[in-house]
Amino acid sequence: MSLFSDIFSEGRLWGRLDDVTGDAGYDEHPPRMGFFTDTSVCIGCKACEVACKEWNEVPDDGYLLTGMSYDNTGALGASTWRHVAFVEKPFETVADRPPQGPPVTDLGMPGVGPPAREDTAAESGDGAMRWLMSSDVCKHCTHAGCLDVCPTGALFRTEFGTVVVQPDVCNGCGYCVAACPYGVIDLREGDGRAFKCTLCYDRLKEGQTPACAQACPTESIQFGEVSELRLRAANRLQELEDQGVDVARLYGADPDDGVGGDGAFFLLLDEPEVYGLPPDPVVPTRSLASVWKHVGYAAATVAGIGVASFLGRRRP
Amino acid sequence: MSGAASGRGEAAMVPQVDFESYYGRQIIKTPTWKTPDVPLYLFLGGLAGASAVLAEGASLRDLPRLETVARGAAASGAGLGTVFLVHDLGRPERFLNMLRVFKPTSPLSVGSFILAPFSPLAIIAFGSKLTGWFPRLGRLAGVGAAAFGPALATYTAALLGNTVVPAWHEAHRELPFVFGGSGAQAAGGVAMLLVPIDQAGPARRLALMGAAVEIVAAESILRQRGLAAEPYETGRPGRLMRVARSATTLASVATVLGGRRSRVLSALAGATYVAASVTTRFGIFEAGLASARDPKYTVVPQRERLRQRQDASAKMTT
Amino acid sequence: MDLQNADCILIEGSNMAEAHPVGFQWVVEAKRRGATVIHVDPRFTRTSALADVHVPIRAGSDIAWLGGLVNHVLQHDLDFREYVVAYTNAANIIDGEFKDTEDLDGLFSGFDPETGHYDPLSWHYEPPEELSEDDRRHLREVEEDRASESSGEGHKKSHQAARSESHGSGGAPVLWKGRRDETLQHPRCVFQLLKRHFARYTPELVQEVCGIEPEQLRRVADALTGNSGRERTTAFCYAVGWTHHTTGAQMIRAAAILQTLLGNIGRPGGGILALRGHASIQGSTDIPTLFNILPGYLPMPQTSHQSLDEWVEADEGAAGFWGNVRPYAVSLLKSYWGDAATAGNDFCFDYLPRVTGDHSTYSTVKSQIEGGCKGYFLVGENPAVGSANGKMQRLGLANLDWLVVRDLQMIESATFWQDGPEIETGELVTEEIGTEVFFLPAASHVEKAGSFTQTQRMLQWRDKAVEPPGDARSELWFYVELGNRIRARLAGSSDEMDRPLLDLAWDYPYDEQGEPSGEQVLREINGTGPDGAALSAYTDLKADGTTACGCWIYCGVYAGEHNHARDRTPHWEQDVVASEWGWVWPANRRILYNRASAAPDGTPWSERKKYVWWDADADDGKGRWVGRDVPDFIPDRAPDFVPEPGANGPDAIGGQDPFIMQTDGKAWLFAPVGLADGPMPTHYEPPESPVRNPLYGQQNNPSRRKLDHPVNAINPSWSEVFPYVFTSYRLTEHHTAGAMSRTLPYLTELQPEPFCEVSPRLAAERGLEHLGWATIVTNRTAIEARVLVTDRLRSLRLGDRWVEQVGLPYHWGRNGITQGDSPNDLVNITMDPNVYIQDKVGTCDIRPGRRPRGAALMAYVEGYRRRSGIDLAHPEDGGADR
Ligand SMILES: Nc1nc2c(c(=O)[nH]1)N[C@H]1C(S)=C(S)[C@@H](COP(=O)(O)OP(=O)(O)OC[C@H]3O[C@@H](n4cnc5c(=O)[nH]c(N)nc54)[C@H](O)[C@@H]3O)O[C@H]1N2
Ligand SMILES: Nc1nc2c(c(=O)[nH]1)N[C@H]1C(S)=C(S)[C@@H](COP(=O)(O)OP(=O)(O)OC[C@H]3O[C@@H](n4cnc5c(=O)[nH]c(N)nc54)[C@H](O)[C@@H]3O)O[C@H]1N2
Ligand code: SF4
Ligand code: SF4
Ligand code: SF4
Ligand code: SF4
Ligand code: SF4
Ligand SMILES: [Mo]
Repeated sequence: MSLFSDIFSEGRLWGRLDDVTGDAGYDEHPPRMGFFTDTSVCIGCKACEVACKEWNEVPDDGYLLTGMSYDNTGALGASTWRHVAFVEKPFETVADRPPQGPPVTDLGMPGVGPPAREDTAAESGDGAMRWLMSSDVCKHCTHAGCLDVCPTGALFRTEFGTVVVQPDVCNGCGYCVAACPYGVIDLREGDGRAFKCTLCYDRLKEGQTPACAQACPTESIQFGEVSELRLRAANRLQELEDQGVDVARLYGADPDDGVGGDGAFFLLLDEPEVYGLPPDPVVPTRSLASVWKHVGYAAATVAGIGVASFLGRRRP
Repeated sequence: MSGAASGRGEAAMVPQVDFESYYGRQIIKTPTWKTPDVPLYLFLGGLAGASAVLAEGASLRDLPRLETVARGAAASGAGLGTVFLVHDLGRPERFLNMLRVFKPTSPLSVGSFILAPFSPLAIIAFGSKLTGWFPRLGRLAGVGAAAFGPALATYTAALLGNTVVPAWHEAHRELPFVFGGSGAQAAGGVAMLLVPIDQAGPARRLALMGAAVEIVAAESILRQRGLAAEPYETGRPGRLMRVARSATTLASVATVLGGRRSRVLSALAGATYVAASVTTRFGIFEAGLASARDPKYTVVPQRERLRQRQDASAKMTT
Repeated sequence: MDLQNADCILIEGSNMAEAHPVGFQWVVEAKRRGATVIHVDPRFTRTSALADVHVPIRAGSDIAWLGGLVNHVLQHDLDFREYVVAYTNAANIIDGEFKDTEDLDGLFSGFDPETGHYDPLSWHYEPPEELSEDDRRHLREVEEDRASESSGEGHKKSHQAARSESHGSGGAPVLWKGRRDETLQHPRCVFQLLKRHFARYTPELVQEVCGIEPEQLRRVADALTGNSGRERTTAFCYAVGWTHHTTGAQMIRAAAILQTLLGNIGRPGGGILALRGHASIQGSTDIPTLFNILPGYLPMPQTSHQSLDEWVEADEGAAGFWGNVRPYAVSLLKSYWGDAATAGNDFCFDYLPRVTGDHSTYSTVKSQIEGGCKGYFLVGENPAVGSANGKMQRLGLANLDWLVVRDLQMIESATFWQDGPEIETGELVTEEIGTEVFFLPAASHVEKAGSFTQTQRMLQWRDKAVEPPGDARSELWFYVELGNRIRARLAGSSDEMDRPLLDLAWDYPYDEQGEPSGEQVLREINGTGPDGAALSAYTDLKADGTTACGCWIYCGVYAGEHNHARDRTPHWEQDVVASEWGWVWPANRRILYNRASAAPDGTPWSERKKYVWWDADADDGKGRWVGRDVPDFIPDRAPDFVPEPGANGPDAIGGQDPFIMQTDGKAWLFAPVGLADGPMPTHYEPPESPVRNPLYGQQNNPSRRKLDHPVNAINPSWSEVFPYVFTSYRLTEHHTAGAMSRTLPYLTELQPEPFCEVSPRLAAERGLEHLGWATIVTNRTAIEARVLVTDRLRSLRLGDRWVEQVGLPYHWGRNGITQGDSPNDLVNITMDPNVYIQDKVGTCDIRPGRRPRGAALMAYVEGYRRRSGIDLAHPEDGGADR
């Protein structure tokens, strides 16, 4: 039981873990590296998406006009390791929003008809909407669901504290796909293996900045030591609050959250789910002790009813 | 076009929820596991595991027909299950990479180390029983398979439970019982189908008790798991689950009323049990996929969790 | 430009974040430091998303809006008066003959309705009371001109002053510094003229023309005025949302007036930043690919220029650095013709071709269609997709004898003959097209070394990164080789016509890889002295033929035999203006006219905005201009220096004349010469518009250049058949005509299909569905695109009516990974009279569904033409006024 509680304990599978790399068995290792993505300065240029694909030779993800604002890659996936979300949104809730233009009644020659409404501040005024952009990426979780469940060891924790798939080991079991609370990793169609951001492991080993961060023109993507980035993020949040921006918030920066904090975290200007991020992600293995316990009880039950079936009188 | 679609569940069971999402897109990925490979594997694992137990009991109680059939079910369940499992891989030729490492955090790894011994043991036991060769080895193998059997029948629940798929994860306490019960029911059912009624007593009892466990556990999901239970009740998975439950109930009634008397009835009831068990796995599997596809199941409970935490901390500070 | 130092940035006529993402980082930086960012654009774009304020505007109405801001400043006395009085021509008194558009219902004095040209004579500064000898001579000329005009005789000479093909970038020189009233009270002083001219640009008028609420105007005006003055500065950024109009030059003038009134020129964090286009488009105006100027903005000679003297006369002798034009011109001729150019033969001045009229791109296209132009080089250009009125472009290309296309990709301009839209409609038949097309693969910028000159006039050297594939060759190789081969053909010819070619200094050795050396060419552009060594400053250039220089403004880039374009000292290892990163013309100066960053007395306007100032103690008390940048002034000219009457060139620059390239040293609020369409900007409607010009009976820019051709039929103004406005623009994900992006999977997937953007109201009005198809129709043709219905496009209320705008990214054509119709097939050709650029705004109809195919498309468009009442005999008039 002590082994059990050791393996499935807080710190190992969830909660705060200050030296994730050391925990993974590295004695001496470089500091944990990651990203702070400040979406308040993202201009949606997608240079990060393209740079990532160029560097990592990721194939295209199909040519589909999605109609989701300017986002035509849709989501992170096996062939999109950086994904820029675009959200067109009124400032307040949908209900609070000033109506857009007058109701259209005259279909004859409408461009030249008189306005139907007097109050038109919304049509010509600013402030009626926002266009949020955010470059999403694998979070390189402190407690990474994908890594926990990978049965082959294809996923591993690097010396930089990042989470990387070894494509020569992965057998495409797909378990990681179902275990990522952020919907990041996926199997690539036609290839069968799982792919995701490597945090440019190859570049990190050469002391280089990841391709996406290098390409970002506005320093929306900041690469560095996670501990330092967390401070930077807190400062930036304070700066924005001082400027009167009250919608800013950090996401994934808290080492006490459901995944023990992300190696790649964000400053967002709206609720996470607006960007397609889970509001309160929890690594599935947080419940693993409970899972195994119940499996144990259930297995005992099966054994028990198995035995019970043979109890009682044997028919002549 | 409104950027962040306001998603609305079609559900009638839970109060309508308003939540925000990214164009109504799902947040987590839909599991890539294929149908019918994985639901069939879930079924076969349950069947094989419980059958191994049944076979060992039959052996001890000297019920040779029952033993042969149960050993056969255990062996073929394990064999066929492995085939489905391998077939589901993106790179089947790398199946053996599953045994590169042992990871208690990965139910699939644990499962591999259950399936890996179980399958040969079950096959040896069945082969020995069928041919009469190496009886001692056969016996030993049978005991071994029975030892792994309950784990094989239930670990697949951990496989599903240890994901972020809301319908599975939230039901991780009940699912092992559903799977275990359903496996027992299937094992009993196969035996009822193939074994004369006089030797099928334990099979009937196993099926009945398995069915009871399964129904209680499944019901408990619906009662306890709130929004996460919704996919088990709505849409196609809901229909599958209802069909499975009716079939299970029907088979149980038939078993109780005529299982001991009519060979035909016994066989029909057995077949119905098997069908119900298969259907249950499809239902559960598809409920998971449905819950992954709709962001509601991810966002709403997490939002609620956050709200409760905020309320709690507000209470603490005031 | 140093945007990061700005306290407020107004971006208008540019989608900076999308089209200049790397430059935009400085806007982001300024914002981080607390600057207010304003974006004025018909659409809410990725730039708007980062801005503090977005002001939706009706496309083409920018002068009305800027005029409203100017009016606000003038009516409320919010100008930076000290700056305005000392550094601008606000105090200058204008000729009594001058009449404003306010007096003539939309025309300035001097308009000739027959030619459509202005005679700018009446726009002149009133002569100073005390005339110098030179001034007196000028006055005589003026009076002669006036006499000949009233007698109806040729008014050729003075007309030319209003025509852009006749002068370089310094603009035409003014006749004299003129009489000034520094109290700004004289009724004919520029300040008062300006005030009267813009008085009608009230918030209500702005609302009626632009669809901008008075409240918005106030808010922006407050931001601009609150961030200007001694302590603070505001910067403007613009690009083709301003330049692509029949009134484009005047839009930029309006911004210049506003910035000058606010005292934001020549100061840190101020200025007007033109965001240039292609990587080296700035370079290709400095060393031009234009028909009317020579390197360094020297004017191309006219047929009337019989000698070098006549050519440089107009500029020579004027005050300011343009007065030194002769050494620049002679050095250029020396660099072209080397030893063959001698004082005895006017330095081969006669070898220079002469401009005989408008040879701009659109005139050339018309000439192609009409059979005048028979051969064509397309080098790095894809007009079949990228230029206005795609059909005209393709009909022109189809009517050539030969066409050379040098490009990276097989572009539409090289394949129009097999699959162009006109083949589909049957207007062209492949077998009947006589054009012989030669496609030559070109090396891309990473496959060859060379320099780029970017937006901030900075030259940056680029080394070759990879070998070009296959037969692809660099431009340099191609032209050197072409020159060599032509010269070899002509060798021994005694025909005088061949002398210019044979006498060229054309000696470009190849290196081991068979490439001519780009650095050698840069050195030749930099110029060399009598000893053959690289010169270090344009002030060293001589008019006696002892120096050669390929472009005087670039002189110094190779100073000390070192390629300064290659300087790459990181910013943390050098001075605040990063003077060791690349090289900025002129003289590596980062901010032009930076003398204006100090007050008239030479002290900084404020500690906060300290940049260049007069250090009276320097040089043993003689005094010198010092500061963070290279002072853009004569280094030892004291602030209190007053030039001798009759002084010429740099000697004529007073200590308080910061605008040293202007002949009077002042910033022009009123342009007495140099513009073809008036001394002050004023609002005219685009050539196609659903709106009546509320200011004047004059609907359009009266001096706009029209292109008369049935394929260029203009939609009549106010036509109910074409009730909507469209405008076109770029997406970050694609590049211009698309050959460099539609061919790449990683870019194509990001914006995979042509689309149009419409407001929810317009969508409802026309039944357009999000992601459905729409057909967009003009009198040129109809195209189809997918529909994005988005709140980013606003319905605009103009007075008592609504205006809807259709947004069209223009990158698509028939080749590439994904294909579609080209929005340029809709764009008409009507040009700005100063720079011959098209108007990107037009009117259209939009209908749900895909367009008709083949011949049915012709019939469909014909139906619209009929209904809009277009007169194909005068298609360019579009039914509006002339
Ligand atoms: N990614 C990318 N970058 C590019 C290019 C590219 O193709 N792709 N092209 C390069 C080139 S060649 C150039 S010239 C520059 C151009 O740079 P920009 O001028 O910044 O680019 P455009 O997209 O043409 O943007 C013009 C903006 O003007 C708006 N607009 C249209 N009509 C009007 C109007 O009448 N008034 C006002 N105020 N705004 C108007 C449009 O909505 C659009 O947002 O970009 C350069 N950079
Ligand atoms: N409707 C509409 N039309 C517009 C505009 C607009 O805003 N709206 N913008 C206008 C503007 S600002 C511009 S600049 C034009 C651009 O219009 P174009 O210049 O016609 O279009 P590009 O696609 O930039 O063409 C450049 C070509 O050069 C090739 N190329 C690239 N590098 C090299 C090289 O090193 N050597 C050679 N030989 N070829 C090379 C590319 O493959 C490409 O085909 O479009 C104009 N047209
Ligand atoms: S975000 Fe998902 S894929 Fe990335 S490390 Fe965390 S669990 Fe793994
Ligand atoms: S798909 Fe590959 S990386 Fe993912 S869990 Fe399976 S083996 Fe590991
Ligand atoms: S870190 Fe590297 S792999 Fe990850 S998104 Fe950035 S570029 Fe792609
Ligand atoms: S490169 Fe930077 S600014 Fe551009 S989309 Fe990515 S994160 Fe945003
Ligand atoms: S000039 Fe080059 S680096 Fe700069 S924004 Fe344009 S493409 Fe990017
Ligand atoms: Mo351009």
